[in-house]
Formats: sequence, structure tokens, C-alpha cells
Amino acid sequence: MRLAHQFAMESDYIRADCVEATEFPELAGKYSVYAVPRTVINESAFIEGSMPEDFFLESILKTIEPTGEVEK
Amino acid sequence: MPLIRDEDIAEIRERFKQLVNPVKLVHFTQELDLEHGRVARQLLEELVGTSDKISVEVFNFLIDKEKVAEYGVDKVPATVVRNGKDYGIRFYGVPAGYEFSNLLDAILSVSAGDSGLGEASKEKLKAITQPVHLEVFVTPT
Repeated sequence: MRLAHQFAMESDYIRADCVEATEFPELAGKYSVYAVPRTVINESAFIEGSMPEDFFLESILKTIEPTGEVEK
Repeated sequence: MPLIRDEDIAEIRERFKQLVNPVKLVHFTQELDLEHGRVARQLLEELVGTSDKISVEVFNFLIDKEKVAEYGVDKVPATVVRNGKDYGIRFYGVPAGYEFSNLLDAILSVSAGDSGLGEASKEKLKAITQPVHLEVFVTPT
């Protein structure tokens, strides 16, 4: 979680929400959150689990590239 | 009855000695959200008591529409961690357990005005020129 907030601090284009899944079951259900942490990028792509800073950032960058592959 | 144990308060006070600049917690709640709302608010009030560099501002989700729109908050309880600048850091739900430790980290980073990221990451992040919304789902344990 910490990384997402760190990215938000660093970039004016990024906003990062830490969402308590059990308190927002509808939203968690909408994004098929069965295990945590699960990161949703722009309501459409997902990152499972925790990962190191560089991997996490690469996953995000890959997702938002217009030609990049969107992770399922 | 306090939510944060005395020994934890002592530890938080110690960590918060590192706070540099004032940090504001902007909290949104609503009367109907009694259970979670009350707990979240009490937790923040106790946290604010640990350092004179932290303040909390509370808004009503249903009444303070202007603030709700300004911060783009779409559910409650919600907590924004900011200094003079709003970085886009939000916590939704009671910031307990795992989320609580993230909240402490966020307060320390925002106070220092430093994300703590490596230089390589900072460079890559500069290349982002489109809105990115990250939602990280967590549970208290």
C-alpha cells in the first residue's frame, strides 16, 4: 500500500486510495477482491499482492501505455 | 475507552518526533455511518493527540458537498492526508490494523514532503502525463 501513496506523492497525475475491503464489500466484489492486497488501476487493470518498488511501478506503466498489454 | 493502547501511543509519539511540517487529516463522515464512522473519527482524534504537528478537520459527507467534490471523495469514512498540498492520498474505511500502519507512514512522508522513493522511480514517474487512479484493497490483518 505504501508504494501507491508514495507514487501519488511523487506524481501530480496519480491518486492513490487505500480501501478497507471488508467495509466496502460492493466495491471489493465489483473488482473481484478475494485476496489482499489487490491493486486496481484506472478501474480496469489489476496487480495481485505486494511487490518491490520497481516491479510495481513497471506494472503500472505497462498498464497505462496505450499500446501496452493490459494485465488481467 | 481509548482505541489506541497506551504503549502504542508512546511508540507513535516517539515516531512522530520525526515530523517536519504540519500535516492535516481531512476526514469525511456521515451520521448514518455510525459504527465505522464513530470508530474512525475517534481513532483520528487519538492520533492527533500524539503530536502538535497533526490536525484533523471533519466534514459531513452529505452536507459539505463542496469539500466532497474538492477532494473527490465518493464513500465514507474517508481520510485525506495532506500538507499545504493535496497529493491524492486517501484512506477509505477505519484506518485500523494494516491500514493504521500505512496511515502513520503516509503522515511521516507527507510531513517530510518526501516520498522516499528511489531516484530511478522518480524519473519514471515524471513520464506519466495522464491521470492514474490506484485503489489498493487491504484488510485489517
